[in-house]
Amino acid sequence: MYQSQTVIGQTVASKDPALDQCVWPEQGLDAIPDWVYTSQAVYDREMERIFQGDTWNYVALECEIPNAGDYKRSYVGAIPVVVARAEDGTVSVFENRCAHRGAEFCRSSQGNAKEFVCPYHQWSYTLKGDLQGVPFKRGVNKEGGMPRDFRNEDHGLRKLNVTALNGVIFASYSDKVEPIEEYLTPEILEDFKVVFPGKKLKLLGYYRNELPCNWKMYHENLKDPYHATLLHSFLVVFGLLVAGNKSMMFADSKHGRHGIMGSAKKDEIYASVSEETKKEMRSFSDELRLRDERFLDFVKEFNSPWSVTMTTIWPNLVVQREMNTLGVRQIIPNGPNSMIMQWTMFGYEDDTEEMLRHRLRQGNLMGPSGFLGLEDNEAMRFVQEGVRRSSTDVNIIKLDTGTIGTSNTLISEAAIRAMYQYYRGVMEL
Amino acid sequence: MKTDYSFQPARINATRAQQLRAEVEAFHNEYCAVLDTNNVELWPNFFTEDGLYRITSRENADLGLLVGLVYAEGRNMMHDRAVAIGRTQMFAPRHTLHLVSNIRIVDEANGVIEAEANFLLVQTLIEGPSTVHLAGKYYDRFVREGDRLLLKERQVIHDTEILATDLVYPV
Repeated sequence: MYQSQTVIGQTVASKDPALDQCVWPEQGLDAIPDWVYTSQAVYDREMERIFQGDTWNYVALECEIPNAGDYKRSYVGAIPVVVARAEDGTVSVFENRCAHRGAEFCRSSQGNAKEFVCPYHQWSYTLKGDLQGVPFKRGVNKEGGMPRDFRNEDHGLRKLNVTALNGVIFASYSDKVEPIEEYLTPEILEDFKVVFPGKKLKLLGYYRNELPCNWKMYHENLKDPYHATLLHSFLVVFGLLVAGNKSMMFADSKHGRHGIMGSAKKDEIYASVSEETKKEMRSFSDELRLRDERFLDFVKEFNSPWSVTMTTIWPNLVVQREMNTLGVRQIIPNGPNSMIMQWTMFGYEDDTEEMLRHRLRQGNLMGPSGFLGLEDNEAMRFVQEGVRRSSTDVNIIKLDTGTIGTSNTLISEAAIRAMYQYYRGVMEL
Repeated sequence: MKTDYSFQPARINATRAQQLRAEVEAFHNEYCAVLDTNNVELWPNFFTEDGLYRITSRENADLGLLVGLVYAEGRNMMHDRAVAIGRTQMFAPRHTLHLVSNIRIVDEANGVIEAEANFLLVQTLIEGPSTVHLAGKYYDRFVREGDRLLLKERQVIHDTEILATDLVYPV
C-alpha cells in the first residue's frame, strides 16, 4: 500500500547524518535544518529523550475502557503498549511484549479480558501486567522447568507510569516527570478543561492514516497559523475563514513545547473580505456558496472566546475542537520519514440525538477525508519528499523574526521557533 | 442508517435476484465511470434528494460507532463536497480505478432493493505505482425513480485499517 514511498525511499546520505555531523545552521531559530526530519540517528535520540523521556504520552480515553477487564492497544512513541482496566478500576499501561520470548501478545484493537495470555507458550499476565502463570514451570516428571530461583515477580511485563485527567489517560517511562496538571502548564490546562470538563465522553469512532512525513511536522503545522488561510482553500473560497478573523497562536510560556491555535468564527457564515486582503488570497471567490449550510452551524456549548482550538500537547497529542467536532489525535512516530495518526472522535454522553448528528456532519471538516485535514496531510507529504531529495538543506522560518513563543499576529512562525528552542535543549543539538 | 453489517441470507428468489443484479451492475458501472474519469460533480446525481452516504472502517462498523470519514445527509451536502474537491481543494493529482464485484441482492421490499458488493479502489499518483488504496464492501439501498435506480443509502465499509495519507474522492 505504501509503495509510493518505497519508490522514492532513498534518503541521500547527506540528509541522514550521524549525530556528530548534525550542526544547527548559523541563522539559529530562523532556520530548521533538513536533518531534523530525515536523520535516523536524530530520530533514535528523539525516541529515547522525548518519548521515553520526561514526558506524558497520551494513550487512551477512559470512555474506551469503562469496565473492569476492558483493554485497548496503543503506543508510547513507536512502542506498542496495552492499556487495561483491572478489577479494582485502576488503569495500567504495559508494553505489548511477552516477557518470555518477546511476542506481541495482544492482537485485538480492543476488548474485554480476565487476563492476557501469550499465544506462543501461554505465559499469562494479570490486567496489571504481572506474570501469573508459566506452563510447566516445575517441568514434567521432575525434569526440565524453570530454575528454583525463578520468581514470577521478576518477570512481569514492562510497566509504565500512568495518570489520568478528566477522562484522558497518559503514560510515561519517566519516574521524575511532573504531575500532569503541572506538565500541561496553566493556560494549556485551562484550555484542556474546556473540551474535557470531566463530564462523560461518548465515543463516536476512529480514523487511522499513515503520513509519509516526520512526526514533528504535525506539531509545526499546528504552530503555523500562516498556512491556515492560504492552504485551506475550502475555507477561503467559501469565505468561511479569512485572514483578519480574531485569532491567536499561543505557546506555553514555560517550555514553548505545547501550543494552542485558536480562532473565533464570526456570526455570519460567509465572511466579507476587503479588496486588499482578497489580493493576497488567490483562491477566494465571492460566488461559491454552500447548498447545505447545516454542517457549519456552530452551537455555542463551551465557555471560551474561541470557536476553534487546535491544541498540541507535547509530544504526541492533538486536541481538536473544530466548532462542535471534537477529537484527539495520537501521533505515532514511524521512523524519520513516516508517522501514523490515530484519530479518536467523540461527543458527550448527554448529547441529544440532533447534537450527535450535528457532530457527525461537522466531522466532514476533519480527518483523512476532511475538507481541512486532507490538505494538511498532502502538504506534509510534499515537504518530506522535498527535504529528502533536494540538494539544499535548510527551511526558512523568518516570519515575525525575533519573537519566540506566543505571537500577536497569524503571519508568524514564533511558535515553531519556541518548539525548536525547547527541542534543541532536550536533544542537545 | 443501517448499523448491522452481519451476514444476511438473501430473502429474494433467484430469478428476480438475477434480474436485479444486472440492473445493479449497470448502476455500479456508471457510478464508477463517473468517479474514475474525475467527474466528481456528477457523483451526487446517483443519490436521492435525501440520500445518505457514509464511508467508515470495518472497525467502526463492528463496534457500532457512527463516525464517517465522509458523512453526508442529502444530495446537497454531497454536492458541496463534490464542489469542494473539484474546485477548491489542494491535493496531488491522482487517477482512481474502482473494481466492483460479488454483487448480492439481499432483499426487495416496499420499493427498496437492498444489495451488497465488494470493491477495490486502486490509486495512482504522479510517477507512482498503482496501489490498492482501499478494499471493502458497499452496503446499498436502491429505490426506483422513473426507469433508473438511485441510492437511498450507500455505506462504504472498508477493511483497510490504515489509509495511505488520505482519501480524496468519494468511493
